[in-house]
This record gives sequence, structure tokens and C-alpha cells, in this order.
Amino acid sequence: MPETAIAAPEALLRVEDLKIHFPIYDGLFRRKVGDVKAVDGVSFEIKRGETLGLVGESGCGKSTTGRAVLRLYDPTAGAVNFEDRDIASLPANEMRAMRPRMQMIFQDPQASLNPRMTVGAIIAEPLMEHTKMSAGERKDKVAELLDQVGLSRDFINRFPHEFSGGQRQRIGIARALALDPDLIVCDEPIAALDVSIQAQVVNLLEDLQHRLGLTYLFISHDLSMVRHIADRVAVMYLGKIMELAPMGKLFASPRHPYTQALLSAVPVADPKIEANRKRVILTGDVPSPANPPEGCVFCTRCPLAKKTNDKRCFTIPPEWREIEQDQFVACHLAE
Amino acid sequence: MAVGTVRSSKVSAELENAAPVLSVENLETVFLTSEGAVHAVNGVSFSLQPGELLGIVGESGSGKSVTMMSLLKLLPMPPAEIRSGTVGFDGKDLLQVDQQELRAIRGGDIGFIFQDPMTSLNPVFTVGFQIMEPLRMHLGLNKANARKRAAELLELVGIPSASQRLRDYPHQFSGGMRQRVMIAIALACDPKVLIADEATTALDVTVQAQIIELIKDLREKLGMAIIWITHDLGVVAGIADRVAVMYGGQIVEYASVAELYDDPRHPYTKALLQTLPRHEGDRMERLVSIPGQAPNLSGPLQACPFAPRCESAHDRCRQENPPLFEVSPVQKSRCWLEDQEVVNA
Repeated sequence: MPETAIAAPEALLRVEDLKIHFPIYDGLFRRKVGDVKAVDGVSFEIKRGETLGLVGESGCGKSTTGRAVLRLYDPTAGAVNFEDRDIASLPANEMRAMRPRMQMIFQDPQASLNPRMTVGAIIAEPLMEHTKMSAGERKDKVAELLDQVGLSRDFINRFPHEFSGGQRQRIGIARALALDPDLIVCDEPIAALDVSIQAQVVNLLEDLQHRLGLTYLFISHDLSMVRHIADRVAVMYLGKIMELAPMGKLFASPRHPYTQALLSAVPVADPKIEANRKRVILTGDVPSPANPPEGCVFCTRCPLAKKTNDKRCFTIPPEWREIEQDQFVACHLAE
Repeated sequence: MAVGTVRSSKVSAELENAAPVLSVENLETVFLTSEGAVHAVNGVSFSLQPGELLGIVGESGSGKSVTMMSLLKLLPMPPAEIRSGTVGFDGKDLLQVDQQELRAIRGGDIGFIFQDPMTSLNPVFTVGFQIMEPLRMHLGLNKANARKRAAELLELVGIPSASQRLRDYPHQFSGGMRQRVMIAIALACDPKVLIADEATTALDVTVQAQIIELIKDLREKLGMAIIWITHDLGVVAGIADRVAVMYGGQIVEYASVAELYDDPRHPYTKALLQTLPRHEGDRMERLVSIPGQAPNLSGPLQACPFAPRCESAHDRCRQENPPLFEVSPVQKSRCWLEDQEVVNA
């Protein structure tokens, strides 16, 4: 455990039973016929200065969770407590006052930067919206931010297309830092980058965390990178968290059958290990979140449920239980 | 899967002398743009032995896809232009044969699997139609026989109730299923060579694991040679016999899979392997990163393209582009550090 987590144990963010359902309309009168349960009862907390990794495959609801934490979606149910205020039900003007404290870094640095704005204008935009800085002060602040993310101050009048992917991601990070936030939601920040550039960006994120005491919700499908950066990890599947544990425990002794399968599917860059690995190969595909299975959402693909044929798996949603200190699973059968 | 390692060392030793199914010599491809020629592929040579799986690893812009597209002239020309090289296949030079013959080889003796199964399948035709197309074009099967064979192929790639699903359209399949359909199409005419370009990149890890198992399985059953293009060093470690690492439009290192991961010789390969986070044990304090950016390929290579980012670069690296030096019977590295004359002197 890194010292940051021990030094400040207080929770910055506490998400309780968060649900985000998107309505489906169909038929002649566009009547509501159902819901896509993108996030369906998710609870976790993030301590100040900590990095919580949120992993899962496409469509599991990890990005939706990340966006809901910043209230970019209005939750269907549940609470998002930032410090001790539930931002899920805050009126718009109060929410706006909270926004500077929570920021986001997006996946695609190409799409998230306005191609018609200069780097300086992009980074200064949050300052114009949320502070009363004069033009001169803003310019100084932008220069300072460029230093922080390792870009040259000369870039201030250039446009996003003049930069490489890694540099663009640095611009996105500088923008997120502009208002000195406490929490940053990083939504797949390195997925669009090449291997040799990924390491640069991850190192930068870690440096900034140490220097500025940032708290990260790090959303990624890259388990080996999450292993490197996260203090605790939550594994999502079909809108629910399957397992949540400190990084060490999750990777050394995963308890949920889905976590086990997920970890065993990650290719390792070592032919000797690859040759002798026992893979848990999941069959089938992820069910539709509009019509999730009864009981445990993983039961249709779960090797353990198949083997034991336990009735509970197919009928009762599993309880969220602490299987070992700090290690939580949602599974009837995990031991 | 202990078979994997035994096989790879055996394959590289035994098959080194067999006649290759595909041999590429000194391939050079440029793109003519309004800002001048971009030298995407700069003298790539490799050979593919029967039954072998050759992994081609590199980052975006390293020239791995353009190399493979050049083999079958799948690039739009212009702007692309193949400046030189030979592609020996079946006693012919594929760069010299006419369009008609080339069409017969594409999807016939050489099958292709592309990265994105959604955009490479035609959304307005059924999956059955698309699998039957090569069967009817290349093998001249009639409709009924083609349909029968198509159902067999879908079953081979692990799609349940195959004969019914032939009537479905691509959007009715999930990503992993679509990739299985792509594999079925590529395998339709029993190819000698299968080229898979980032075939699992768009897929989730658990689905990627399924597809990789499938490829391993099909290889045992059908015995075709495979070129597997990827940026993922983990995937290659699990399936390849030999690996070519590309950078700046060149192969910078060429080795058996065991050699490459045990004893990488080229500074770029070493750096690339070091950037990966650890998969067990204590995690690293900081990730090792490769400083700088991918090379600019506008203009022919005058020096080693990796020199500006290389820790061990010296004057010679900045003046002269090194040739591929032989390190072992299989392993080769394009780096001046391997120059024996210098080492001895």
C-alpha cells in the first residue's frame, strides 16, 4: 500500500447503490418498452489521494459509472457523495460550483480537443468559466500548466492537429488540472496510445498525483496497467461490481470466477509463461444489459455455476459480501 | 499448452531449410503525398515457412500493415507506390503477376483477416452470402455445395447452429462472432497462407482469448502458415514461432519467440519489453518509457530511425542505417552494436 492511502484515510467519494438506466422507446407511439440497465446498483468509495481502478470489458458500464460520478448523467437511483454532499440531487447552480473540484480525462485525445482552438485557449477555457482571473493571470497559469505536463510553453498558440497522440493527451491532462481539482476521472486515458507512449502518460499521471495529492478513478480495460497504477480495483460486469479488492489481493488471489477468467485471459509477454498457462476460456458472449439474466448476471457464462449447477446462481442475485478483509465479492459460490 | 514452446524451437530449427511458402525480398513502399513521398516500408525481407506462425510486432506507423497490404497490392495506387522488391509465392513474383491472377490468389491461396470485423463485413449481405462468395468465385462451387461448405466453415470456427445463422446479417452477430465469421471467410478456400492484421485488437480480452485458442486449434487441424500482425507483445508470446519487430518501416529484429523474449538484442525491442508493466511480483516504482516520438518517414532513411530515442546510440547510428546483423542462426538485429568488426576492434 502506498503511503498516500494511509496518510489520508477519509473518503473523498462514496457511491451508494448507483443505478443508471437508459429508456428504450419502440413502436408507433415511441412508448417506453424497457430499460438498458447500464449501471445497476454499484457501490464503492475512493479515499483521498487514492487510485481506484475500474476494470471490465466493453459495455460493462464502467464509463457510464465514471460519467455519473461527475454527474454527466443524472442517476436513476442512488447517491454520489462527494465529501459529504450528494451531488446526484444537487440543484444545477450548486452543482456548477462543485464542478471545478472534479475533472475528467478522456480516452480519445483527438476527439476531446476542439480542433479550432489553440492549446492556450483549450487549457484556459475552464479558467474563463470558473474563475475571475485577468487575461494576464490566465496566460501565466496556462504556461505553468504546460510546464507541469511536460510540454513546452512555445506550444501555446498551436492547434491540436500539430501534436502527436501522447502530446494531445498531455494537453487534455493540463486542461483537467487547470482548476486544481481533487478528483479526476480518467476514462481509458491510455487506450488510444502506443505502448511506448503509454508509459510516459502513466508516469505523468503518477507524478501529478504525488505532487498535487490527486484522487483518481482510473477506468481501463488494460489490466496490467491497472495493476501498475491502482491501489484498489473494482471489476465490473454487466452493470454490477463483481469484485472489489486491494490491488495485491485482486491480482494474487482473485475470488470471483469472472475476475479469475478475466485475469487468465490477459496475455503475458513471456513465451514460457504463456506456454504453461491454464486459461479459463469463457464461452459465449455478454448478455444484453436490456435483458440481464435472472440471479447472478454472470451465471450464463460462469464456469463455476455450470460445474456446480447451484440453483441460487440462476435465481437469486448474489449478496455483496466481504470474503476476506477488504476483499468483496458478489458471488454465491466464491470461497 | 507445453506443446507451444517445444514446437517453436523445433519449427525454427527444422523448417529453416525447408522451401518457404512466401518469401519477401527488399520490399519498398512509398506514399506520394502533396508534401512529398512518405517512406512507409523501407526494404523489408522475410520468409514464411510452411505451417509457421510469424508474428509481426510494431507500433502504429511502423509499416507492418502497409507491408502486408503491399504483398497483395491491396493499397490504393496512387498514392501508394511499390518502388522495389519481390514477393515469391508459389513460384511467382506476386508484384509482377496481372490483376486477374492476383484476384485469384487474394482470398484463395492467401486469406486475410482484418482488424475491425464490423467494417470489413458488408452490412447489406447475409453472412452466408459472404462466406459463399469466395467458394463460388475461387472454387467454382454451385450454390447448394457452397452453402453446405459455408455451414461447415461456420461450425469449424465455433458458431452454434451454423446452418441457420448463415441467413443472418453481420449486425446480428457480436464482435467476437463477427471475427469468427471473418476467419471462416479467410479459411474458405483452404489457404496456404493466412494473414491476420490486428485480428484481436478490437476485441475484449476474454473474447481475444477465445479467438486465439481458435487460431491455435485451426492451425493444428489445417496446417496453414500464418502471419500475425499485432502491437501486443503478450499475444505474440503466446502463439508465434518467430517474430519480426518493425520500426520506421524496417524489420529491426527477427528472432524465434524464445530468443526474442529471453535475449532481445535490438535496443528498440529491449525498450519495448521494458515499458510493459509487470504481471506479477512487486510493481515497478515507475514505468520505463521510451523518450521521444515515432520517426518521421518523409524522406529515405539516412540513419538508424531509432537513433534519436536510443540510449546506446553513437555517431555512426546518426550517419548510417545499419544492415541486419546475424546474431544466431535465426536471430538478426539491425543495430550497429552487433557489428563484429567494431566489437573486436
